[in-house]
Amino acid sequence: MTAATPLTTTPPLVADQPTAAKIAKKRLSSPWASLAAIVLAVLWTLPTFGLLVSSFRPERAIKTTGWWTFFSNPTLTLENYRGVFGGDGSVNLASFFVNSLIICIPSVLIPVSLAALAAYAFAWMNFPGKNVLFLVIFALQIVPLQVTLIPLLEIFVNVKLTGTFWTLWLSHSTFALPLAIYLLHNFMREIPSGLIEAARVDGAGHVSIFFKVLLPLLTPALAAFGIFQFLWVWNDLLVALVFAGGGDEVAPITLQLANLSGTRGTAWQLLSAGAFVSIIVPVTVFLLLQRYFVRGLLAGSVKG
Amino acid sequence: MFGQPTSPRIRAAFAGTLSAGLIFGLAACGGDDSDSAADTNASASAIDCAPYTKFGDIKGKTVTIYTGIVTPEDKPHIDSYKPFESCTGATIKYEGDKSFETQILVRARAGNPPDLAIVPQPGLVKQLVTTGKAVAAPQEVSDNVDKFWDKAWKGYTTIDGKFYGAPLGASVKSLVWYSPSEFKDSGYTVPTTLAELQALSDKMVADGKKPWCAGIASGDATGWPVTDWMEDMMLRTAGPEKYDDWVGHKIPFNGPEATAALDAVGGYLKNDKYVNGGLGDVKSIATTTFQDAGLQIIEGACSLHRQASFYAANFDKDTKVAEDGDVFAFYLPGPDANTKPVLGAGEFVVAFADRPEVKAFQTYLSSDVWANTKAKLSSGWVTANKGLDPNNLTNPIDKLAGTILLDPKATFRFDGSDQMPAAVGSDAFWKQSTAWITGQDTATTLNNIEKAWPK
Amino acid sequence: MFNTASTTPEKILQMLSALLLFAAVMGVILFIAGRFGGKKGDRIVAYLYLLPVLLLLAVGLVYPGLRTIYQSFFDAAGDAFIGFDNYGTIFSDADQLTVLRNTVFWVVLTPFVATAIGLVYAILVDKSRFESFAKTLIFLPMSISFVAAGVIWKFMYEYRPDQGNVKQIGLINQVIVWLGGKPVQLLIESPLNSFLLIVVMIWIQAGFAMTILSAAIKAIPDDIIEAARLDGVNAWSMFRKITLPSVQPTVVVVLTTIGIGTLKVFDIVRTMTGGNFETSVVANEFYRQTFNADNQGLGAALATLLFVLVIPIVWYNIRSLRQSEER
Repeated sequence: MTAATPLTTTPPLVADQPTAAKIAKKRLSSPWASLAAIVLAVLWTLPTFGLLVSSFRPERAIKTTGWWTFFSNPTLTLENYRGVFGGDGSVNLASFFVNSLIICIPSVLIPVSLAALAAYAFAWMNFPGKNVLFLVIFALQIVPLQVTLIPLLEIFVNVKLTGTFWTLWLSHSTFALPLAIYLLHNFMREIPSGLIEAARVDGAGHVSIFFKVLLPLLTPALAAFGIFQFLWVWNDLLVALVFAGGGDEVAPITLQLANLSGTRGTAWQLLSAGAFVSIIVPVTVFLLLQRYFVRGLLAGSVKG
Repeated sequence: MFGQPTSPRIRAAFAGTLSAGLIFGLAACGGDDSDSAADTNASASAIDCAPYTKFGDIKGKTVTIYTGIVTPEDKPHIDSYKPFESCTGATIKYEGDKSFETQILVRARAGNPPDLAIVPQPGLVKQLVTTGKAVAAPQEVSDNVDKFWDKAWKGYTTIDGKFYGAPLGASVKSLVWYSPSEFKDSGYTVPTTLAELQALSDKMVADGKKPWCAGIASGDATGWPVTDWMEDMMLRTAGPEKYDDWVGHKIPFNGPEATAALDAVGGYLKNDKYVNGGLGDVKSIATTTFQDAGLQIIEGACSLHRQASFYAANFDKDTKVAEDGDVFAFYLPGPDANTKPVLGAGEFVVAFADRPEVKAFQTYLSSDVWANTKAKLSSGWVTANKGLDPNNLTNPIDKLAGTILLDPKATFRFDGSDQMPAAVGSDAFWKQSTAWITGQDTATTLNNIEKAWPK
Repeated sequence: MFNTASTTPEKILQMLSALLLFAAVMGVILFIAGRFGGKKGDRIVAYLYLLPVLLLLAVGLVYPGLRTIYQSFFDAAGDAFIGFDNYGTIFSDADQLTVLRNTVFWVVLTPFVATAIGLVYAILVDKSRFESFAKTLIFLPMSISFVAAGVIWKFMYEYRPDQGNVKQIGLINQVIVWLGGKPVQLLIESPLNSFLLIVVMIWIQAGFAMTILSAAIKAIPDDIIEAARLDGVNAWSMFRKITLPSVQPTVVVVLTTIGIGTLKVFDIVRTMTGGNFETSVVANEFYRQTFNADNQGLGAALATLLFVLVIPIVWYNIRSLRQSEER
């Protein structure tokens, strides 16, 4: 339908033309629609807002009164945030922050590139065993991470990689592959086959089709998956704990935040502040890349 | 995306560290990393290096130690190793992790254990030994334990005749928290027998109060405070010998002794007149976190709360924990004034390597020198090491716990659920106790636990 | 390069060298693939593209998966072969049957409700002045770790009794009290408690659905809409006949992804009720049996059951894939 999409440029952003949704909205555009949107937004934000307010309340107040009483009886403290940022001297968030970044970057780039190649093969090439392989990879999404811990750790011990970032890069990449291939395959299939056929007729090989035709259309989609993968790796604790151990050299920031609640998990006040600190990076990434992100998924659905 | 487990069994936390750590710990170790070396120099100069020189030159060697003890209780631990480090030249690498209990098993099974692990349950020590990766403790450690600890302690980690782990810290669970000022104002006295405890509770009811508050919610370890209650009652209604038989499954889990004990607990926890001060009805016990429950004493909504000495950590820093303060604890009395059963717990150092530096450090940890160094550095920590000078304990609740532990008249018993097989001790016992609180009867509860005991 | 890096520059250097190594591997693959042109080379190139993926998956997921299935036929300690006994336990034990029932609730409700809310919200805020801000609000829960989510919802569901001057800490009970009701112990009453936990999962996943569906909606070609508009189609038919069919492939992807994620989720249950009060699900039970109860066999059987439960989802995807190929 949209074979007119230019070959080598990203699809144009939908300009201020009427979209189906826009029209639907216009027609629905009764006050009720806006009200529904506002109600949903408030419901979704309320719990987090409660946490935000709590993070500024003193420990005793958190444990005995509801956060909404803050508005009738405001008592503000930065004590909780001071606690998170090492008010007692034993927490050094900076080095854990570096670790998190070091873990995340390759753990996003590697699976995204590998999955793109594999998804291309599944979407646009014919080879024996294609359907079976795709199904197996699809079904692998369900393997609980926990069952892989001991077998993988044994392997890492044998090749002497324990305690290094390599364990995390390899395992995060592996765990991401099934979902990445599934999602990217779906995006690729939505690209009009006319584009590929045309390029083949022109004598382009798979490598050049991949780079010259598909990649420009898919780069944003890859970025979109990359952002989700980034979120998941950033929030991971289990993989980091098991494979790299909790030492300062490799442990991510999530470990420090999990430990913040103290040995006995009593410190709600520190947890609420810590939770906000840990949200900052993912939300910033989302805000900065939101435009790009939308364009990415756009490319996947041009076929309509 | 869909989440990673973080801290599976918070129980790790309670077992060993008898600490008022969170609050006192913050106050006690206010310095930052850079000056911690300075503040331990004093104690460093005090230790004698001779016991460790016979392990040879271990300068520059590294020992890794893995524990469930995290911020802020980890700091006194790390600091207490410094005298050893400065006298031998070895380095101790400390790793604290809240999900220690599951991760240590994963690491041991996969062949990647640390050199040493601080294990809070004898049951887990057994599981670790079963993996075949744990190594027996060296003779020096064994000698130290013979010298400084009651022989019962050595038994907890002796498996098939081999001794695996020296005890480190210890804790007292048979305590009831109360408000000294309320007792003074209302003319209550600290009970010395179980009957007196019940009379006191009834008197409080007559005064229009709901005397007891309790909470057993604790993530996936929900239910454990009931198991402590039941063990305490078992020690009192059936006696220590029957208790040992019950823990070792020499008598059935659902026998008459256990039924009597759990019913005795029910006399308190499932008694609508007694519970749940400031928190609701009996069922509310199941959803109240154990951390929050006792805080009702400060609110004046509850008078009595049975919980181990580490509970001191839950009061905020404006609350004075002392005999003349806002809140304190008394010993959960025995059947009569002269019988003093004490339920407690502790932690053990298990080794996975037998390099000289590991052995030397193990020896240090089992010594009276370390116990006193640690006592001086930390507030909210106690041990049953007989070499400990009680004067080194700094805060009132530690002193109380220390006195109870070292009292020759007291009969100490280790937390039973910590010694039972995992299927019972960290699963069925917790789950069934929780169901019991929300309405399941005693017989069904005990029968279900008995069924879960591995054949 | 394969040692533990301890200083920041060392860490960065190690990361860069890892990325270089990876780039070199990719370069070799692409170089070889470039040698083969035309339809005949298809097979070789395809296998070449799949090679690194298959290697990683075989070692990282297939081998552990098979090992788990094998283990599920053994007893708690993993020593004695006991056939299908573990599966017998799952399908006969009363507690385990509750677990299965709850899992069905979760898998049916979470994907559909989260996707529906995501879709409706995406349409409602589309092109509005505050779109970016409005979407960030719904996306926010996605970026919150499960530990933090547990704390957040504690402040919603917490119960305090109706006595004296005790104040509510949980918002929902406070609202009930404001409305003149008595506070309820929300997390104890079954099956209400399961639904309350599902709400948390929907709260997290709606952002994922919204983000992806919003992009799909924006990509609906203008000519279709223009044509429909000229035909004077009303809002509801526009949604049903144009919007929904256009985003249908994306809806399937979103439903599938959330469905599988829901099957695997256990953190919410574990942190909020510990699986007590009849709220446990298969994934939580798997974790409990494996790590708490030390019953490797039963744990493995529960994990295997998860594989089986995903088969309907796989089947549904194949069907819609086939349908889209026929189109």
